[in-house]
Amino acid sequence: MSQTIVVIDYGMGNLHSVSKALEKVAPGAKVVITGDEQQILAADRIVFPGVGAIRDCMAEILRLNIGEVVKSAIVCKPVLAICVGMQALMDSSEENGGVACLQVFTGNVVSFGETLTGAQGERLKVPHMGWNGVKQTVSHPLWHNIEDNTRFYFVHSYHVVTEQTNQIAALTEYGKEFVSALHQKNLFAVQFHPEKSHTAGLQLLKNFTEWDGKP
Amino acid sequence: MGLAKRIIPCLDVDNGRVVKGVKFEDIRDAGDPVEVAKRYNDQGADEITFLDITASHQQRDTTVHTVERMAAEVFIPLTVGGGIRSCDDIRRLLNAGADKVSINTAAVFNPELVAEAAQRFGSQCIVVAIDAKKVSQVGEEERWEIFTHGGRKPTGIDAVAWSVKMCEYGAGEILLTSMDQDGMKNGFDLGVTRKVSEAVPVPVIASGGVGNLQHLVDGIVDGKADAVLAASIFHFGEYSLPQAKQYMAKHGIEIR
Repeated sequence: MSQTIVVIDYGMGNLHSVSKALEKVAPGAKVVITGDEQQILAADRIVFPGVGAIRDCMAEILRLNIGEVVKSAIVCKPVLAICVGMQALMDSSEENGGVACLQVFTGNVVSFGETLTGAQGERLKVPHMGWNGVKQTVSHPLWHNIEDNTRFYFVHSYHVVTEQTNQIAALTEYGKEFVSALHQKNLFAVQFHPEKSHTAGLQLLKNFTEWDGKP
Repeated sequence: MGLAKRIIPCLDVDNGRVVKGVKFEDIRDAGDPVEVAKRYNDQGADEITFLDITASHQQRDTTVHTVERMAAEVFIPLTVGGGIRSCDDIRRLLNAGADKVSINTAAVFNPELVAEAAQRFGSQCIVVAIDAKKVSQVGEEERWEIFTHGGRKPTGIDAVAWSVKMCEYGAGEILLTSMDQDGMKNGFDLGVTRKVSEAVPVPVIASGGVGNLQHLVDGIVDGKADAVLAASIFHFGEYSLPQAKQYMAKHGIEIR
């Protein structure tokens, strides 16, 4: 069955990687990069990416009315948010002096800070850049065929904190334990980049393209 | 489990072919960049760096199509550098499928480009490449300077101070190449690697001089680098990526 997957384009960053990866794992699917409301609403499933500074991302999301479109899509079809796309779904971010976000998940986005240290007291660099382990905290269709503690590729300086532990789908350790994936009904959000995470990342994207949106 | 140290094979590309010279001379042919990148991707490379080594002085910017082909087959991060002079150049490469761009010569002559690019595209995709050469004499305090144009032109700029400045301008990563060591297979210049690594808040990739697997370990342990980059030891089959990873793991380095 042919399906349409929309990668939401709001002018922020490189969407080529994620669309190529989706084409690779779902050869029969039509992958469309667009910011058009009608196309987004008509899609079978949606990828909500994001890179760069949250202030610029949120400004474009609001200017193009993408936020409302994403919110209406979230109630009815599978959605995968990636990196700043995940951060944009929180209540707010402290990046750029404080930015209000879309309030889909409960929680905020905070900086790793400048004094992060590792287990041996060594200084940790920010951005958190590279391959780190992802500890699955729930059983979920998107983790299908992915071993617990598999490494995925991260690049970010801010991370999600939430007290709603039932939203958390994975945790990762970098100076402290932070939330690396969230879930809520037909919505899944990851801080890492599955499109850049080789075999495990492609598996997660494949799982997403086959997901019926049920937990 | 913590963040793994990265091993990054580097493809120096000249006119659509992978090459590697000794001190930027004596170039040998090592294959089609897309085929080579795919092989490294399959072998477990943590990233790929693609440097158009002649772009800076021959006005060559034909890398875009190669990047497009590569991005369709390689699902690990891809950094592209060589001859980048403007935000338009950066946009073209990112749209072609690069995840990060590496700015070298242009950063020296126009540091504002780094600031503007970081503002527009985010620091996470802006790598500043620094080619350093030791300029101090034996017995003096060690000092390194920035060189441009493939190591041919001195600038008088101190390499450590420059690295710090580039991070203030928004660089998300530093790719540090020792011009004295590049292609010599004697190991990284650990002095400058450690100085820069300790001075900047962002990750540092050590480059230039890898001849054996112990050099990779030294770059991480003594040079305090976050990632190590190598070209010829992988291109010509002296060592494979799995061998390199195994060796590093055996020496207590966390790898993927």
